[in-house]
Amino acid sequence: MLNKNFNLFFVISLLLISGCELGPSNIESATASQTLHLGNGTEPKDLDPHTVTGVPEHNIISALFEGLVSVDPITLAPKPAVAESWVISNDRKRYTFTLRDNAHWSNGDPVTANDFVWSWQRMLSPALASEYAYQLFTVKNAKGFNHGEFEDFRHVGVKAINPKTLVVDLENPTPYFLSLLAHYSTFAVHPPTILAFGEREEAGTLWTRPGNLVGNGPFILDSWRLNYIIRVIKNPHYWDHSKVRLNKILFYPIDSALTEERMFRTGVLHATSSTPLDKIATYLKNDPDKISIDPYLGTYYYRLNVTEKPLNDIRVRRALSMSIDRQAITDSITKGGQIPAFTFTPPNTQGYFADNNSIIYDVASARKLLSQAGFPNGEGFPEIELTYNTSDGHRRIAVAIQQMWKLALNIDVRLSNQDWKVYLSRVQSLDYSIARAAWIGDYPDPNTFLDMFVTDGGNNQTGWSNKQYDHLIDLAAAEANPIIRYQHFQKAEKLLMDESPIIPIYTYTRVLLKHPQLQGWEPNILDIHPYKYVYLEDPVIGSEQ
Amino acid sequence: MIRFFLSRLLQAIPVIFIVITATFFLIRSAPGGPFDADKVVSQEVIERLNERYNLDAPLHQQYFDYLHHLVRGDFGPSFRYTNRSVTEMIAAGLPITFELAIYAIMIALIVGIAAGMLAAVKPNSAQDYIPMSLAMTGICMPSFLLGPLLVLVFGIWLQWLPVSGWGYSPGDKVLPAITLGSTYAAYIARLTRGGMLEVLNQDYIRTAKAKGLSTFNIIVKHALRGGLAPVVAFLGPAIAGLLAGSFVVETIFQIPGLGRFYVQAAFNRDYTMIMGTTILLSCLIVFLNMVSDLLAVWLNPRLTLNAKN
Repeated sequence: MLNKNFNLFFVISLLLISGCELGPSNIESATASQTLHLGNGTEPKDLDPHTVTGVPEHNIISALFEGLVSVDPITLAPKPAVAESWVISNDRKRYTFTLRDNAHWSNGDPVTANDFVWSWQRMLSPALASEYAYQLFTVKNAKGFNHGEFEDFRHVGVKAINPKTLVVDLENPTPYFLSLLAHYSTFAVHPPTILAFGEREEAGTLWTRPGNLVGNGPFILDSWRLNYIIRVIKNPHYWDHSKVRLNKILFYPIDSALTEERMFRTGVLHATSSTPLDKIATYLKNDPDKISIDPYLGTYYYRLNVTEKPLNDIRVRRALSMSIDRQAITDSITKGGQIPAFTFTPPNTQGYFADNNSIIYDVASARKLLSQAGFPNGEGFPEIELTYNTSDGHRRIAVAIQQMWKLALNIDVRLSNQDWKVYLSRVQSLDYSIARAAWIGDYPDPNTFLDMFVTDGGNNQTGWSNKQYDHLIDLAAAEANPIIRYQHFQKAEKLLMDESPIIPIYTYTRVLLKHPQLQGWEPNILDIHPYKYVYLEDPVIGSEQ
Repeated sequence: MIRFFLSRLLQAIPVIFIVITATFFLIRSAPGGPFDADKVVSQEVIERLNERYNLDAPLHQQYFDYLHHLVRGDFGPSFRYTNRSVTEMIAAGLPITFELAIYAIMIALIVGIAAGMLAAVKPNSAQDYIPMSLAMTGICMPSFLLGPLLVLVFGIWLQWLPVSGWGYSPGDKVLPAITLGSTYAAYIARLTRGGMLEVLNQDYIRTAKAKGLSTFNIIVKHALRGGLAPVVAFLGPAIAGLLAGSFVVETIFQIPGLGRFYVQAAFNRDYTMIMGTTILLSCLIVFLNMVSDLLAVWLNPRLTLNAKN
């Protein structure tokens, strides 16, 4: 009798499963409908270009909005966007932008120069508390306005001469200024929409919801299911809409890289936002057309707290840096084509190469330095702590380096794994000895790396200070000649490496799983892929002769 | 009955209150704040944000302000998802987690009770050992192992079922429900077996047998009611556990349920969201325990609702 019940259960289960025959996967039906499915990391905090900061937010906002300038996906050179042209003054401190006549908001309103002035005032206003306000600090008096030194925005160097002409005055000739205008924090928002849902300087109102959000990008926000899917559809009012080939993009916030990889493998996603370390070798071997490894403007490094013993001694810091076999780390741990780093700025950042002779992998010299610092063969060296935030990759690298230091210098390092927020708070309050870190450039210029380590810079977080270094960064900022400017940076970076408050470990690569259908997705060091160039096409399969 | 409810309610109030208070102060004592970020945020910005979210007030003031809003049913805005209220996020996530939990508990009950009964009818035989070994395996196997295994077999090799989503494509609810339900199925199987064995040795069962009733009648009509008592006692905490512990399954299968919000909130130091979900889950646990006590009394007339007993 009971066996019958048991059988019944099995029959029901089988019916349940067989009733669920799989239809075509996302990928199989994507080409016909030109629907792109993207893994997108975490759930975006919001979609307000002036209040958010992360990469997932960037990926969605760049579909919904467009700045004065965009970048070429291959060369990263500035390209006309809302501005159809611009004129730069001889001293390179005044930019006059002409906005295109056919630039429209997604409700049909024209995009005007006033919209930009209004939006920049919003973004810079102290009340909005935009974390990216510093992106516009190159604009004259913008910093003072943001810091509440004065309240009249007319003193800030941005003016609308007429609805189609915008004039921007800068503090210094800033060669990367146009690149900043391709960053979402400098985009315009639609004033009537913001005001319909709250004050100009109010964050977190309902204006970013589907149905409310008015943008000027190639797509409009169609639906937003929390922690699940954000869908955008083609915007008929976009000035260049005839070039846009995709009809829809679906963004999936996926916390786990393993889940994301499974979704990719079963045809749910065209591209992932991350790749599990352990899967890289398998893909390279079995499906090389589905994995892409591209250079990326970022450096993985360790911070050293120079305010405490024994790391206050340059010789100790250099010894630690020189005894790390970076090649072994990139070959055996990260395995994604990363390049061992001996300088902080990645090589060939817009033609900039740092002098990389200061730090080399040289165990014998490292031992000598440590001995000169009073720790022959590591004797008397206190046990120091290496802090990293929870991640399998960080842990493996830390374990390897701990072992390298033990073998090369005979010193003991204690590993300390911290939750992300605890890690941040400890690093920011200099409550650490050595801490894992990473820096991804905001724009393709050495300044995005090197201005970090000026005295008391917010992202310095090592306690390191060098007057000469600060001076060189100031000189570079004021310099109009690009060659001399890079020379200042090279001298500064030499100083940084000579004194080693940081240990660069490798230059990042962007490793992503990418379906061969995905076309027009060009690799570049900022990992920016303007969607108007992206389309889907089934790969041609070679037929048998 | 009314007295039972009232006394339980009176007990629940201080429990929930203690949970609220402890959570409020514990999360604020954890290092790192909601606005700490990788690229350091300037002091001015942090101050503005603290002001916006009332974090600049003295701690006790924040606490009383929070309680004041809470009694009016306002959980406040999320600190992380700036255009969302906690109530909205719970409303989006809870029904999904609840649905998942219902499917999981149904699977757990059907499989668990069937396996437990099979085992109890012929103890110490193959019919006992096989389901009980499977149950032991089920108890031992964590969902972060079982989930990917099921995905590998049914999603990737056989391609019968989707590996992610919730209501996005047909059949995508099957694997998460089985993954979440299996551990509980295993517990229920062991509890059913234990309960049934105890009941089957009772005199009244022997009497029924002597009267010539069929095995099926004896088990279903007489033994099951008593034999399931331990299962019922387990159900309340089990459902609460399913709701609170679904985040692993939600993460594996990319399900937009409350579990993921809860864990993300803790990582993000999203104070209001942590508070909201904790309060909700503790209320649910208290409520479900009460229901399971009621059911236990209904199943076993020897128990009474009198709080003194």
